[in-house]
Amino acid sequence: MHEMGIILHLAKSLEEEARAQDIQKILRVTLQVGEVSGIMTDYFTDCWNYFRKRHPVLSTAELELETIPAVTFCSNCEKTYPTVQYGRECPYCHSGETWLLRGNECIIKEIEVE
Amino acid sequence: MRIIELKETVTASNDRDAEVLRGELKAKGTLLVNLMASPGAGKTTLLERIIRDMDSDVDAVRIEKLGAKAVQAHTGGMCHMDAGMTRTALDELGADHFDLVVLENVGNLICPAEFDTGAQKRVMLLSVPEGDDKPLKYPLMFSVSDVLILTKTDVAPYFDFDFDACKRRARQLNPRIEIFEVSAKTGAGFDAWEEWLARAILENKGN
Repeated sequence: MHEMGIILHLAKSLEEEARAQDIQKILRVTLQVGEVSGIMTDYFTDCWNYFRKRHPVLSTAELELETIPAVTFCSNCEKTYPTVQYGRECPYCHSGETWLLRGNECIIKEIEVE
Repeated sequence: MRIIELKETVTASNDRDAEVLRGELKAKGTLLVNLMASPGAGKTTLLERIIRDMDSDVDAVRIEKLGAKAVQAHTGGMCHMDAGMTRTALDELGADHFDLVVLENVGNLICPAEFDTGAQKRVMLLSVPEGDDKPLKYPLMFSVSDVLILTKTDVAPYFDFDFDACKRRARQLNPRIEIFEVSAKTGAGFDAWEEWLARAILENKGN
């Protein structure tokens, strides 16, 4: 949905990091992306490959994506369940009083540098 | 070759910029409101109305008649405003002496919710024709907003908009959200919402 915007922020964070730690080249960026973060991974990678060429420090950086499974908590029966499979309604007690525990993150886990 | 662990969200650098901007605005006594909604929900119409009303009603607000100062902010084709773009727009506005600045965000219920602009308050609009199911479809926007304004209430008789269901869904996502119902066409509901806004301006000045 807004992959390009996220890529811009990712690039900015990485450039700040590179400046702070005197890094010349980043070889790999590992991101953890939640299953329901709304990020389309194929499109996201395309955006990255287009964008990284404009930044010397990022131009060699391959993007590696790890998925964080989405988990929802039901405040009625206090059980958790996989969000993507069951959605908003609790599969155990059918309550709608449910909350996303994790799965909408986009976290820079680590970078590999020269 | 070495590996550096970062473990921070992609938006972390924007969040830091936003926090700095928020601090600077607070020091100047400027309340920055981030106004978010779908295209056509009535953001500009709502602003026109409050500029007219508050000029005569609230002394503390220095808005010069309908000629309130405005700048067109540019996102460079992005789907949202971030803290850096907001700072650029504020610099252009020369916002050293304002009590209230409203950032009219890009018409979109998804992306603007994810990016902190440095505003002290986030206000979202949902217009009656859009439907009462929107909290279910765009939960993040309702979760991060301080205020939900239901707009175009004058057309409610022509739509099946369930106000109670909409408010219940919004409060389930965000128990602290303040909800107002307004019609910029008739002026209905503006007193309560403008009172909230005036209070927020005063609170921001530390009164």
